Amino acid sequence: MRNILIVARKEIQEGLRNRWVLATTLLLAALALSLTFLGSAPTGNVGVRALDVVIVSLSSLTIFLLPLIALLISHDAIVGEMERGTMLLLLSYPVARWQVLLGKFVGHLSILAFATLLGYGAAAGALAATGEVIDRESWTAFASMIGSSILLGAAFIAVGYLVSALVRERGTAAGIAIGIWLVFVLIYDMALLGLLVVDQGQVLSGGLLNALLLLNPTDAYRLFNLTGSGNVSAFSGMAGVAQTTTLGPSVLLAALAAWALLPLGLAALAFSRREL
Amino acid sequence: MTGTVEIRNVVKRFGKIEAVRDVSFNLPEGETVALVGHNGAGKTTLMKLMLGLIRPTGGHIMVLGDDPAAGEFAGRRRLGYLPENVSFNAALTGHETLAFYARLKREPAKSVAVLLERVGLTHAANRRVGTYSKGMRQRLGLAQALLGEPRVLLLDEPTTGLDPALRHSFYEIVEELRGRGATLLLSSHALTELEERAGRVIIMNRGIKVADGTLDELRRIARLPTRIRLKVTDAGLANVPNWLGPVDGWRQVNGHMVEIDAAPERKIEVLRRATDEGAPVEDLDVVPPTLDELYAHFLLSQETAR
Ligand SMILES: Nc1ncnc2c1ncn2[C@@H]1O[C@H](COP(=O)(O)OP(=O)(O)OP(=O)(O)O)[C@@H](O)[C@H]1O
Ligand SMILES: [Mg+2]
Repeated sequence: MRNILIVARKEIQEGLRNRWVLATTLLLAALALSLTFLGSAPTGNVGVRALDVVIVSLSSLTIFLLPLIALLISHDAIVGEMERGTMLLLLSYPVARWQVLLGKFVGHLSILAFATLLGYGAAAGALAATGEVIDRESWTAFASMIGSSILLGAAFIAVGYLVSALVRERGTAAGIAIGIWLVFVLIYDMALLGLLVVDQGQVLSGGLLNALLLLNPTDAYRLFNLTGSGNVSAFSGMAGVAQTTTLGPSVLLAALAAWALLPLGLAALAFSRREL
Repeated sequence: MTGTVEIRNVVKRFGKIEAVRDVSFNLPEGETVALVGHNGAGKTTLMKLMLGLIRPTGGHIMVLGDDPAAGEFAGRRRLGYLPENVSFNAALTGHETLAFYARLKREPAKSVAVLLERVGLTHAANRRVGTYSKGMRQRLGLAQALLGEPRVLLLDEPTTGLDPALRHSFYEIVEELRGRGATLLLSSHALTELEERAGRVIIMNRGIKVADGTLDELRRIARLPTRIRLKVTDAGLANVPNWLGPVDGWRQVNGHMVEIDAAPERKIEVLRRATDEGAPVEDLDVVPPTLDELYAHFLLSQETAR
């Protein structure tokens, strides 16, 4: 346990030093703030609770940005250290490989969580400061949006590690990471949508559709946040999908957690067999 | 079973390349062993095997009671390793880097400053490692290897890039560790440096261990001639065979010198003649075969045996 924390601490130290932490926090805060204030203008505050609008726009931001940031930090974690030669020395120390991996995971996830919490928190804080009345239900939805965003980040960090543990060169890892991002964030949903249109609800419905949605962590995240509370789903445009799926929030969260744990376990396995 | 490091019939193949072929040896406590061999002989591979960084294709390894191939690492707290191309994360300072490694070995934080002082990096402790010169990185590498009073030290070409002053203090540190009973395995191409320090030499050639023993033992096995150099008077130069007797390999070098390559069993005889009452000899030097020569000999004899 202590080894994990030691490695995590070094990872955070490095993140602070090479300004990863600063850059991601600023980026998320800037985008969140602009979405909050630009996005709330046209709705005109009529019958719509301001924070719920923010939740919708921020979760769309999350789907695009957090997987990208997570993959950027993680794809290099193993293969990069091997190429630079620092892994050789680290593994000659009294520390197991799975501890190194888990330590990096804790470190990277902390960086991501810190940036998300601060960036999105700033948006909510600014909204509250403008005098908006925000009820408890909205706050809960907002908090669970941040929590699930971090979980989505964890999933993509784990996927990045798996890639990093499997490939021989950093360049390959970067290429695959970009491919994974494109697939999960853009292509998968477009393909699914296309299928749904063509299929007209013949085959693709119920269980199969649910399974297909759970097979993409970003979809699980989207469903969790946009259909989770009635208020949010009403104007997120997801009402239609929400009716066709019968996935409860706990199933969606479990899917996200599985998306984090499974690749992490596989990455640990692949890493333990690597020779360097 | 008294070795801190035991290597038994170890084979390591990388695809078609046989990097280590059926090598066995023990490193007992307190011994300083030089591992020498040409580029690609398998020295680094042997060290990586001892650390579990790679797994042997065959054979068995024990290091401080652990089987590294099975991922056991309890003993590594008392093990120091200096890789041949040591590298560190460029973003952290020297002090931060060493403190990280100290934590992993559960060493107190104060040992960091002591070690930095010992390798002469105190002035650069708070600079980023990315700004270090090659020699400074090597010093930092040495410092991390010395963390935690190691009982076994695996040093892969430790003195490359060190300036003469640190090279000297490096061997002082080595001497001190040996005094405390640490086992040292040093790989190097600087044979003359090793000659004076290593109690034992292991010579590798293309993955095969071709020789293993103390320098004296190797000299005995190799039966290389000892070079005897005599400074002779003018009168003596004229009739060398008269006073030296029937010696085969002698030659005259730069004016007043006579050089003889004496086989081991003839060495004493030649010296007796040269120091005899009437011999026209003013001075003499005896040069035993160097590690360089022994190394060349063992490589050659293995090549011809193949
Ligand atoms: N990861 C690897 N994959 C394939 N071949 C390897 C690998 N590592 C080492 N080898 C091969 O194993 C052999 C031994 O290499 P090793 O690094 O042990 O040599 P060395 O004795 O340390 O040489 P040097 O004096 O140059 O450091 C070489 O032929 C090398 O090409
Ligand atoms: Mg080497």
